[in-house]
Amino acid sequence: MLNYTIRRLFFTIPTLLFISFVIFLILDMAPNDPTGNLPMTIPPEVRENIRKSLGLDAPMYVRYLLWCNQFFINEPLNLLYEWFDWCIGDCENRTRVRSWSTRSPVVDLIVERMPQTLWVVGMSYVVGILIALPIGVISAYKQYSWFDQIGTFISMIGFSVPTFFTGVLLIVIFSVWIDQDSWFWLPSIYDTTLVVDSWGNFWLQVRQMIMPVMVLALYNAAQLSRFMRASMLDNLSQDYVRTARAKGLKEKTVLLVHVLRNSMIPVVTVIALSVPQVFGGAIITEQIFRVNGLGQLLIIGIQGADIPLVQTLTFIFAVLIVLFNLVADILYGLLDPRIRYD
Amino acid sequence: MLDGTSKPLLKVNNLKMHFPIYRGILKKQVGAVKAVDGISFDIMQGETLGLVGESGCGKSTAGRCVLRLYEVTDGNIELDGEDIADLTGPQLRAKRPEMQMIFQDPQASLNPRMTVGSIISEPLYEHRKMTKPERRARVDELMDAVGLARRFADRYPHEFSGGQRQRIGIARALALNPKFIVCDEPIAALDVSIQAQVVNLLEDLQEKLGLTYLFISHDLSMVRHLADRVAVMYLGKLVELGDSETLYTAPQHPYTQALLSAVPHPDPAKAGNIDRVILQGDVPSPANPPKGCNFCTRCPVATEICHKDEPEWRQIGEGHFAACHLIK
Repeated sequence: MLNYTIRRLFFTIPTLLFISFVIFLILDMAPNDPTGNLPMTIPPEVRENIRKSLGLDAPMYVRYLLWCNQFFINEPLNLLYEWFDWCIGDCENRTRVRSWSTRSPVVDLIVERMPQTLWVVGMSYVVGILIALPIGVISAYKQYSWFDQIGTFISMIGFSVPTFFTGVLLIVIFSVWIDQDSWFWLPSIYDTTLVVDSWGNFWLQVRQMIMPVMVLALYNAAQLSRFMRASMLDNLSQDYVRTARAKGLKEKTVLLVHVLRNSMIPVVTVIALSVPQVFGGAIITEQIFRVNGLGQLLIIGIQGADIPLVQTLTFIFAVLIVLFNLVADILYGLLDPRIRYD
Repeated sequence: MLDGTSKPLLKVNNLKMHFPIYRGILKKQVGAVKAVDGISFDIMQGETLGLVGESGCGKSTAGRCVLRLYEVTDGNIELDGEDIADLTGPQLRAKRPEMQMIFQDPQASLNPRMTVGSIISEPLYEHRKMTKPERRARVDELMDAVGLARRFADRYPHEFSGGQRQRIGIARALALNPKFIVCDEPIAALDVSIQAQVVNLLEDLQEKLGLTYLFISHDLSMVRHLADRVAVMYLGKLVELGDSETLYTAPQHPYTQALLSAVPHPDPAKAGNIDRVILQGDVPSPANPPKGCNFCTRCPVATEICHKDEPEWRQIGEGHFAACHLIK
């Protein structure tokens, strides 16, 4: 397994380099202009000078190699310097990947935005999994019962209604219709500046997280519960389940030890594969509830043609996707003794 | 193996297993698949009863019903004097150690994520108050008994060959010292050389542990070798039951005759002289069995009465039963 992991990690290097180049090409070909948002009164020569100052006059491959140098060499060295005080080369004047619109280093922006995304989107995944697994298990065990029918109906709704609808609907109900003094009123705007230092503030934090978390959790749970149900049904009809019953095991043991453990193999893989999406944030939901997370950062970057920001952020998502694909494969091998990679 | 004085360990009386068929939007029950439709037989202590019949005739369903792996529709199953047909939940679980099953497909019937050791010891954990070293010792003992090396206990089922997997299945079934074992085509998925090994193992174990078998198979020669008495099943019903010798030398029911004539003869010179009874057509659907005798649609000697009345299950000789209008 270790050899397999090392071999796979080795192969990710050319894959990721290729991905970074493709992202760069796409962004270069996109018809956007970093000076496009500037007032119309600015004359074309000035615009040209602004572009020059951003380095846009250099050929594409030069810009790509410069980004590679900044991202793959300068940024890691800077991390070493900031975290461990190890100074290699010129530490003070190193060129880092900088956002064009904010002029601050992209990595610093990401570090700033990460906690909100991890809390809100990450929590929604945890809640989604906690809702989905029991629903999937019970729906499969009581197939075609009223519980299963209602579960199917709700997951079809959760699956097919987009988050921009459920999000706005929840805001209308819980922030507009319900009176502000009411216990059930929830804020529609996520306040990042809130510092959790007391029980009162903790309660406020919980309340402002409820709506974005539930919108995303409903969507994730709908998919995952269908998956769990299918996997359970697949295993429930297997012969070894009959063997387990013939052994005289309690129904609970049959279901939870034999069937669930085997059904979890594909479900765990799906969960692992969706972890990169947690980091990627939920662009639409973050936008609706004004959660200033990574998804919102990306959308602002795209609107302002902030190429270094979009390039770096997209590339980090690509790294996560490639890594979690590997994690899913390794988990599969660990969970299923029939699969061996070496 | 069988002495005249032994009493029946298992008495099955008028056992029925009907699987409902639902149709339409409202899931109304429109009928039932009569997989097992009123069968009765006894199995003596220490005896092997063979149950034969073609595919889809309800043999396996009958075996599973006897072990209460299904909720039976009707009938009595008396194991050691206690009716288990209507037991549920904990009462039924308490009876499980006495009756076990060896399954047809040794691959699918073992949980792929459990080691052999834990597959065999799981029933011990559930039903016996044993410490860990005691369980380990019992697993070793069982693996010795079925001829598997002890060091295999930490491996997974997929690492074994078909014959070895069936041995694991047998060790698992033996773990709780059952009295009665249903062997549901235990050799059908194995190749011939391994079949002999497994059958010999089953015979040895029977002798050593005094087991009682219900041996379900479509392999007539294997059943003749193994069984003391044989029951023949057709479309959910028993058509003939008798001791092996009588049934194989002088079959009475036309279906038994047809089945036996299909067994290939080892001597090609003699094989040509056998009158083969070749049945025409397919087995009717158990959801819609024919009127009268179940076999009348394919019977070579059927008369008018066979299409009208259902034949009665009656004694036609010593320990020999059959259901046919034409047997005098």
